[in-house]
Amino acid sequence: MSQPIHTFTAKVPTWSPYVTPVELSTATPEQLAAMKVTPSNTGASPYVRTLAHDPESLEVRSPLFNLIMYGKDGLPPAERELGAIGASIVNRCVYCVAVHASRFINHTKREDVIDTIFAEERAARLEPRNQVLFDFAAKLSTMPIEADASDAQALKDAGLTALEQLDLVLSAAIFGWANRLMHTLGEPVA
Amino acid sequence: MTTLIETLAGVPAGSELSAALKARAEVMRLSEAAHDAVLVPREPGGLSHALRAALAARMCRLVGNAAAAAHYDVYLAHSDDADAAVLAQPGGTCGEPRQDAMARHADLLTLAPRKATKGDIEALKAAGISEPDIVRLSELAAFVNYQLRVIAGLKLLKGVQ
Repeated sequence: MSQPIHTFTAKVPTWSPYVTPVELSTATPEQLAAMKVTPSNTGASPYVRTLAHDPESLEVRSPLFNLIMYGKDGLPPAERELGAIGASIVNRCVYCVAVHASRFINHTKREDVIDTIFAEERAARLEPRNQVLFDFAAKLSTMPIEADASDAQALKDAGLTALEQLDLVLSAAIFGWANRLMHTLGEPVA
Repeated sequence: MTTLIETLAGVPAGSELSAALKARAEVMRLSEAAHDAVLVPREPGGLSHALRAALAARMCRLVGNAAAAAHYDVYLAHSDDADAAVLAQPGGTCGEPRQDAMARHADLLTLAPRKATKGDIEALKAAGISEPDIVRLSELAAFVNYQLRVIAGLKLLKGVQ
């Protein structure tokens, strides 16, 4: 019997939904299209099949998410992952943190950064550029929103271009979205 | 095309940030399409367009963005749905158990998503809300919180250009 996971980990767990995912055998053509299920791609995760209950949203959200996280130029991929992690720590989405911590480690080989974040969470002390990125993403994710002019100035002072600053805002914000699905519609189990 | 996020963020034309937004025009276009998908979907299920607009306005007020709330109020005003209109105000209840439960869940996803548990989804089911409607409600709340953070972030960035 698998158990829910409540502590942060970089080992990606299984996601178990609280609502019944759409079955591919009974899905409508619109749901199949939103899930990107085609004759050559017949798989869809429980998460995607859960979101297929609202195919109009899913169809737009998937390309938006991929563009923000994996689009070319602008903020380097590892730093977009750090933005995702900052948001997901605040919202305590253990599954999102696991996926994006493991991607950060793949990009940077810096397990120590992730260990520090898991141990200290928002109080983590990181090297200067990582610190401003992580802090900005976390402060943009709180309620009420804590980020202020000094946090934006810190991004500029750290040498981020306007495009890189925008990419950080987007990567944190899209996890304000993803966390509110993944953490609330199901749970990580191992 | 200037999207809603860009209008509400008010980034000055000709700035570096404005150029960055042009470079991310597809992100802005998809964000606008997502707005339409959660606010005025072709298949609204158990969440009428009026209820969606009311809950969106309510969440904007909780986060403190009056201009975004006013945007959703315009959609709401077109609907002439008095029950839904009450829900546009934080704390407002209409007395219809399903809609009030959805408003409570929108509040939770806006104010403290980290505190959400399986029990909150069970409570929605117990209130008679279908599983597809639970997902529709979650997407609406998640999108509005995304949108409000992009706007808040852009406003901060434009101040340091």
